[in-house]
Amino acid sequence: MGTPLADSTIVGRGGRDGARLIRDWFGTLAAAAERGDPSVYVFVMGSMAEILRAFDLPLVFPEINSLQTAVRRVSHEYLGAAEDYGYSPDICGYVKADVAMQLQGGKHPMGRIPKPALAVLTNACNTYMKWAEIWERMYKTPCFTLDVPGSRSAPQNGASTAADDENDRRYVEAQIRELILVCEKLTGRTLDLDKLATVLRHTNDMAASWKRVLELNRHRPSPYNALVDGTVYLGVLNALRGSALGAEYFRDLVEELEYKNAHDMGALADERARLLFVGVPCYPIFRRFHEIFADHGGTFVSSSYLWFAAGGLDLGFQYDLSRPLESLAEGVLKSVRHAGDSMLFPDRALLDAAELYEADGIVYHPVKSCRTVSTGLAGSRRAVMKERDIPCLFIESDMMDQRVVSEAQMKNRIDAFFEGLEARRLRLAGSAA
Amino acid sequence: MMYAGGVDVGSTQTKAVIVNERRELVGRSLIATGANVIQAAQEAFQAALDDGVVREHEVGCVIGTGYGRYKVTFGNAQVTEISCHARGAAQMFPGTKTVLDMGGQDTKAIRIRPDGEVVDFCMNDKCAAGTGRFLQAAAFALDIPLDDLGSTALRSQKPVKISTTCTVFAESEVLSWVAKGRHIEDILMGVHRSIAARSISLLTRVGIDAPVTFTGGVARNPAMVKVLNEQMDLAMNVSEESHFMGALGAALFALDRALAGAVQSPAAAQSAGRMPA
Repeated sequence: MGTPLADSTIVGRGGRDGARLIRDWFGTLAAAAERGDPSVYVFVMGSMAEILRAFDLPLVFPEINSLQTAVRRVSHEYLGAAEDYGYSPDICGYVKADVAMQLQGGKHPMGRIPKPALAVLTNACNTYMKWAEIWERMYKTPCFTLDVPGSRSAPQNGASTAADDENDRRYVEAQIRELILVCEKLTGRTLDLDKLATVLRHTNDMAASWKRVLELNRHRPSPYNALVDGTVYLGVLNALRGSALGAEYFRDLVEELEYKNAHDMGALADERARLLFVGVPCYPIFRRFHEIFADHGGTFVSSSYLWFAAGGLDLGFQYDLSRPLESLAEGVLKSVRHAGDSMLFPDRALLDAAELYEADGIVYHPVKSCRTVSTGLAGSRRAVMKERDIPCLFIESDMMDQRVVSEAQMKNRIDAFFEGLEARRLRLAGSAA
Repeated sequence: MMYAGGVDVGSTQTKAVIVNERRELVGRSLIATGANVIQAAQEAFQAALDDGVVREHEVGCVIGTGYGRYKVTFGNAQVTEISCHARGAAQMFPGTKTVLDMGGQDTKAIRIRPDGEVVDFCMNDKCAAGTGRFLQAAAFALDIPLDDLGSTALRSQKPVKISTTCTVFAESEVLSWVAKGRHIEDILMGVHRSIAARSISLLTRVGIDAPVTFTGGVARNPAMVKVLNEQMDLAMNVSEESHFMGALGAALFALDRALAGAVQSPAAAQSAGRMPA
């Protein structure tokens, strides 16, 4: 049976448009830097994009800036410069790449990055706070820290009560109102509630689409690689959150993936192993990492990165436009908690995902740079393997620092993992026969 | 009689094994890998053929394993040493559930099924702490032949505690103990205990399920066997052929393919395992 002809206007559009949108977005940042416009530095977990976009403030995601240096194979230059400046090799690579970039006046492989007029962060990651303090010291940048109450216990031990949640929501809402005052002071404008409603509507569209994008990869063969294509989509999701462009991009993406599923067009021509990825991608060898798996017919059907780094949009949460600030507080509370839980209590979510995505194996990738996302992965792996007979691979490297990325050792482990998968497949086929 | 071969190209030594149709080990060889890996693989294979009095055309399939497996240019396939050690251990000690392989630059903890299928594995990452290289560094620092390390360490009465996990720094720590006047056997036992602790940490990750089989070059070291057994409170399986376990596993995989008539050409095998330039 021949392969159906791909409609080139649809298939591959998500990748092409995603790359173009990210390039354009960096272009707008470079233009803002040239004009000396104020920008706001934010993080993917709790970016507060809706409020900031309602004030037309350009958003800078330092995490995305940093990972781009690794994808473009120049992170070592930035890490080296930060270490020469005095930062330890053990510190988060994202932070060090940003420090080096700031020391070089915002010079970045994608263009120039504007300086921060304001930093908005949450307590979702302790590094966020120390990182923002660097800008505070460098530029006297005001830092607004949104304190989001975390989960009160592991989900399996019982969620918090409705009364607790309402108290927490009101606590977050009060802080959002403070943030609005900060933005009004910075821009000299009052919050335009109509504009906020428009932004929230776009985020709602993007959340619904993102949830659908994740669901569509349950199809066999999976229409996209969650690690490679998924990361491109994720970049657009964060950078263009709450924008008309972002909403349109994801509508198109859903259309593309539905088209591919209708025609059984997989990310791999011969999908032999469906895998879940846990952790942050190995950006220094981003493409090659995926190729080592693809050479064995392995593709990533889902990735925890697409949950915890999606700013909560994977939940598909819909803001109630009739009570925007209250609803925004509820969304922030849920999404930041969800991101934390995805990292700290990944076992249940992984077991569910293994079932939903019919996964053949799980690949854990703890990174030296980030203890927040890596601590506990060894325990998670053990817990998952105890509950379900599923092969798990554990490979450690880094998201930024190529000095701790040993491709030969990595390939050896991956080869062995696939040998195990094949032996298992033959045994199970023999048992079935 | 049909034969099959396995060539395990390790970081320091290259091992080759020939098995017959009854899965018996009939020829073996061990040489230093050196700088020319392709040549080492060829020489080891030829020496194993000579040892078993087997002619090359009688060998139905050859599989390369170890870090230099893609340098076994005459091999019909490559299989990782993780799978090969598991297979070799299951053949040598039926019923093995856990394998500890300690080689020149890496240590592997492998949990297996009775047929040798790998269920789970863990290895040291990007660092030679807890491997044979750690022992080499100590031997160099103390000017003792590698083969005498174990017997010397067994004479220890009051072992020192080696705290560093870095193989390079271990050398200076060893020398600092010498400077403090501690006996060489006590320093060496400290080195063995340090390595054992690292290895047990790896084993714990996959689960220590007895019977445990100890493979790789370091398994020939009696002090390491003793320390590991004491620390895990069990008696590991150790074979005289432990050094050849990876090559044996490779040869057994090769025999499977030869008997099944599923042998690809060496050229196809090379292109299957491409590494970027």
